[in-house]
Amino acid sequence: MTTVWVPADAAAVSVGADEVADALVAAGATVRRNGSRGMLWAEPLVEVETDGGRIGYANVTPEGAAGVLDGHGDCLGVVDDHEWLAGQRRVSFARVGVIDPQDVEGFEAQGGWAGLRRALTMSPADVVEEVTASGLRGRGGAGFPAGVKWKTVLGAEADTKYVACNFDEGDSGTFADRMVVEGDPFTLIEGMVIAAYAVGASEGYVYVRSEYPHAITALRRAIETAYTHGFLGRDILGSGHHVDIHVRVGAGAYICGEESSMLESLEGRRGEVRAKPPIPALKGLFGQPTAVNNVLTLCAVPMILADGGRAYADLGVGRSRGTQVFQLAGNVARGGIVELPMGVTLGELVEGYGGGTRTGRPVRAVQVGGPLGAYVPPDRFDVQMGYEELAEIEAMLGHGGVVVFDDTVDMARMARFAFEFCAVESCGKCTPCRIGAVRGKETLDHVIAGRDVERNLELVDDLCNTMTKGSLCAMGGLTPMPVQSAIRHWPEDFDRSHQEQEGVPS
Amino acid sequence: MTTESFTPHAQRARTITEQHLGDRGPLMPVLRDLMEEFGHISRDDVATVADVLNLSVAEVHGVVSFYHDFRTTPPPAHTIALCRAEACQSVGGEQVFAETVAAHEGRDDVEVREVFCLGNCALGPSGMLDGRLHGRLDADRIAALTGDWR
Ligand SMILES: Cc1cc2nc3c(=O)[nH]c(=O)nc-3n(C[C@H](O)[C@H](O)[C@H](O)COP(=O)(O)O)c2cc1C
Ligand code: SF4
Ligand code: FES
Repeated sequence: MTTVWVPADAAAVSVGADEVADALVAAGATVRRNGSRGMLWAEPLVEVETDGGRIGYANVTPEGAAGVLDGHGDCLGVVDDHEWLAGQRRVSFARVGVIDPQDVEGFEAQGGWAGLRRALTMSPADVVEEVTASGLRGRGGAGFPAGVKWKTVLGAEADTKYVACNFDEGDSGTFADRMVVEGDPFTLIEGMVIAAYAVGASEGYVYVRSEYPHAITALRRAIETAYTHGFLGRDILGSGHHVDIHVRVGAGAYICGEESSMLESLEGRRGEVRAKPPIPALKGLFGQPTAVNNVLTLCAVPMILADGGRAYADLGVGRSRGTQVFQLAGNVARGGIVELPMGVTLGELVEGYGGGTRTGRPVRAVQVGGPLGAYVPPDRFDVQMGYEELAEIEAMLGHGGVVVFDDTVDMARMARFAFEFCAVESCGKCTPCRIGAVRGKETLDHVIAGRDVERNLELVDDLCNTMTKGSLCAMGGLTPMPVQSAIRHWPEDFDRSHQEQEGVPS
Repeated sequence: MTTESFTPHAQRARTITEQHLGDRGPLMPVLRDLMEEFGHISRDDVATVADVLNLSVAEVHGVVSFYHDFRTTPPPAHTIALCRAEACQSVGGEQVFAETVAAHEGRDDVEVREVFCLGNCALGPSGMLDGRLHGRLDADRIAALTGDWR
């Protein structure tokens, strides 16, 4: 009987993968479920096992499913050799889409637990040192060196310490956390156990957004399996170390991705941002020293421990080391996961891997780094994707989301949306953000209607400066980034009074 | 204590809350479980939770009102949550949202609401229909998926 692989990833399921799997079962195939390869443009992507490797078929429908067993359909050849994948450097995503996510033996056969096993032979300080040497920086957005954070937690005096995994992934245009957890959940568990060992914690919390039901189920199942196989709980792998992991589900608040707001939420309060200091590394969850890290940060750790920090640090550009899991999204022909060393240019991602827009029209703008990130025009496509490199053009990497827009986009509306989003999701604790966002939205409404444009744009600029300088956290502090980048690069979209004079309806 | 405490609903709310007494920071898991069980969190439930967890009613209410997921009135029979975030906007999500709102005007059995990102940003416009994620949506597809809701 032929064995086929059909992704159970939420994105694949959202375009019919479950129905395709049912049809293949009915056609007599042995169906196994994997995560998604990240070639989201090809989902549902069915892979048929052959002696020559797993042969992929793109955009399979329930009606066309049986046909792939006889070689009919949009054949991609051997999936591993497909140019879109073969050119990538998959480190954190090495196993995603390849293995059955819940098969703990399959995980181990593909290199799983090697990092943990090595870490347990080292002292916690040496594990921290290895992560520092790798140059790994936080993938949640702020880019803070992971090793430095862990060293602070390790050095803090306390009976209880925690590891808190930030799986709130609220940025639009991002889905890598979700896909790695759905497609390879044991990697996150392995990363968290290593982190706990390194900083001296015996308890970990994963804070996951409620919008991710598939991931929540996948993670809970994997955690249960890890307990029964001795990778969680008491005396992990005979090391004498004890680590428990709890999963906590959020309740639909973007701001709970900000680390102190997340800690408030975990403690059972409104997700309001805490003033710093104290930093969470010294006084975090329930007042104890806490290593807060993003999913992707933690998922880079097993490989760093398995292969050594040096191997990771050998990749990258400038002070941005290792690989970044880029997420191509929006109006893009070939959207999905592209993991490459830091330093790839934005153009290679958008035009190369992405293949331009889905609509086939010219690219006009790309928002990099989530809703708080800048809009970048095509004449900056030569920028290298790295923290400092993007900062130089007044943009940021954030969580690695790349959202493409074609030439029908109205940048004044996108700027207005940035304020609207901030107004909806602000925690309300500080005035520049709470009031500024609402005023910004109203003022841009005037601009869009062509009323007193020059004066109102000056007002927007004032508001942006106040928010940048006066906000307690990056929600209010960075909302000006998409707004001001839109005004800077596409001033014509804001020039509505001029359009009116010429009789162009706005 | 009011007689409310002895209705089957109140008893159940109490039991659910008590199951989390061993958790550190139990309030969010309790509220999530109440949502799962009843579809909303009533004023009486807030009082029950406050009583069991030894919190003030104001504190519990403050948490309930902070999070978008928690609702204080029973949900309609069906919900459509459509993504209005940037990636979905870039492929026409705003139009799908507006059309869907218009198509369901006056229906009290269907709620159409906005969400910001469902993590399906390469296959937008995205939405959740009665809790199920769908990608590459347009008004026709939504009409087909909701055809048997009446
Ligand atoms: C408004 C706001 C939203 C954020 N959302 C997230 C998020 O969804 N996921 C995340 O990992 N970090 C998010 N962050 C960054 C966290 O505050 C924090 O820097 C991160 O979790 C630290 O982990 P890392 O060093 O591994 O990146 C957000 C920050 C802000 C200001
Ligand atoms: S900037 Fe906005 S989200 Fe951040 S603390 Fe202030 S009000 Fe809250
Ligand atoms: S932006 Fe719509 S699903 Fe992410």
